[in-house]
Amino acid sequence: MNEHTLKQFDTDMEAIRTAVLNMGGLVEQQLLRGINALKSGDGEAAHDVLADEGRINSMQVEIDQLCSQIISRRQPTAIDLRLVMTFGKTINDLERIGDEAKKVATKAQQLRQSRRVTAGQLHVLTWVSETARQMVQKALDALARLDLKAAAEVLREDEKVDAEFVSIMRQMVSYAMEDPHTISACIEIVLIAKAIERIGDHAKNISEYVVHVVKGKDVRHASLAEIQQEISKG
Amino acid sequence: MDESNASSPKIKIHNLSFYYGNYQALKPMDFEIPEKRVTAFIGPSGCGKSTLLRTFNRMYELYPNQRATGEILMDGENVLDPRQDLNMLRAKVGMVFQKPTPFPMSIFDNIVFGIKLYESLSRRELEERVEWALRKAALWDEVKDKLNQSGTSLSGGQQQRLCIARAIAVKPEVLLLDEPASALDPLSTARIEELIHELKEDYTIAIVTHNMQQAARVSDYTAYMYLGELIEFGRTDEIFIKPKRKETEDYITGRFG
Repeated sequence: MNEHTLKQFDTDMEAIRTAVLNMGGLVEQQLLRGINALKSGDGEAAHDVLADEGRINSMQVEIDQLCSQIISRRQPTAIDLRLVMTFGKTINDLERIGDEAKKVATKAQQLRQSRRVTAGQLHVLTWVSETARQMVQKALDALARLDLKAAAEVLREDEKVDAEFVSIMRQMVSYAMEDPHTISACIEIVLIAKAIERIGDHAKNISEYVVHVVKGKDVRHASLAEIQQEISKG
Repeated sequence: MDESNASSPKIKIHNLSFYYGNYQALKPMDFEIPEKRVTAFIGPSGCGKSTLLRTFNRMYELYPNQRATGEILMDGENVLDPRQDLNMLRAKVGMVFQKPTPFPMSIFDNIVFGIKLYESLSRRELEERVEWALRKAALWDEVKDKLNQSGTSLSGGQQQRLCIARAIAVKPEVLLLDEPASALDPLSTARIEELIHELKEDYTIAIVTHNMQQAARVSDYTAYMYLGELIEFGRTDEIFIKPKRKETEDYITGRFG
């Protein structure tokens, strides 16, 4: 993309972009802490997550304000408009990912303390949350580079995470039926799995915005096949 | 913006070129101006948008060595046909310019001047027509008590609305607006824009503007021109959110290269 004749416009856009990616970096770190808490029952991780939640919230407010300013001062159109709108929506998804990461971190700690959770179950949760973290990372990369290929990969991976959530759900229902003593642990596991599944959905949202920025078509409610078709169009 | 119901074309431009002497100012272009909609022409200075506007009522013929080739079909009739009655054409296709051009006569006579060229009306009919035109141009309430005052005594924004009233007093079908608000303050500009919105109920409007936000605000369709070429024509919402051509995107986003 060429530069704007008005250089200050580029500077303003770059400032928003950098702020969104910084916020994304922090959210990713929160997720990593959640995963560490799942792996090791790390109490510190949950503590750090809570400490940084406020930072994420204030970044969201700050970026929202930057978006309002650029709209009122520069009246962005076409790709600039689509980008600003995307930044404004992305920070909401990032903030929600942060919330879900907090759930994972705090619940993981409780789960590790339960005697009724197997290493296998923890392993599955860790694996699926690592997949979700990579999706978030890839979605942010896709946004940073306006990379449709990366965006498409995130959309495909989301189907895997969704399927994994359904499978965990089914397993937990059968465990709970077999041994009512495990019910409370099963619920915790389902809640963590649900949080991870939501993280995948938010990464998917961000990737869909990227498709909108690049192609100008809103694919939020389209099927994966339709989106892939749109992406492959010249 | 009411674009839900498609409009039939009022003007069909076919293979239109324009020359200032040997210089080709407009490259062959084809497009249609929809009826009772606002079509905006945008592009950098010298891109030919005012030239194009002036072909629709053959205003260019006031100057020597200027000619248009191709076809401009208005309701199926070629405007460029030499047999076309120019007076009738200009009654059908009214025009308002960048600088307000009130005649040095009373407000009333400013409006009557055009009507008398085309129609012979009784005094009462004239008065009714003047009031109708001034009301349409959203000026009546401000001037009804001073119709005998000179048109030049009005403010810039009022003068421009007087010119619009004068243009619509002869009941044209098409209104050409060449930068109608560029010499006006924001409030007068807003009034003109509101007026454009109301006038499109009855008229087909073509507007040339340097102000892209204005084009985005008032028009249903936008044409982007560059170096005498029509680069892109489309619905305004599409042009300003996702134009098809990179040249259009660069221009409207302020990447002037």
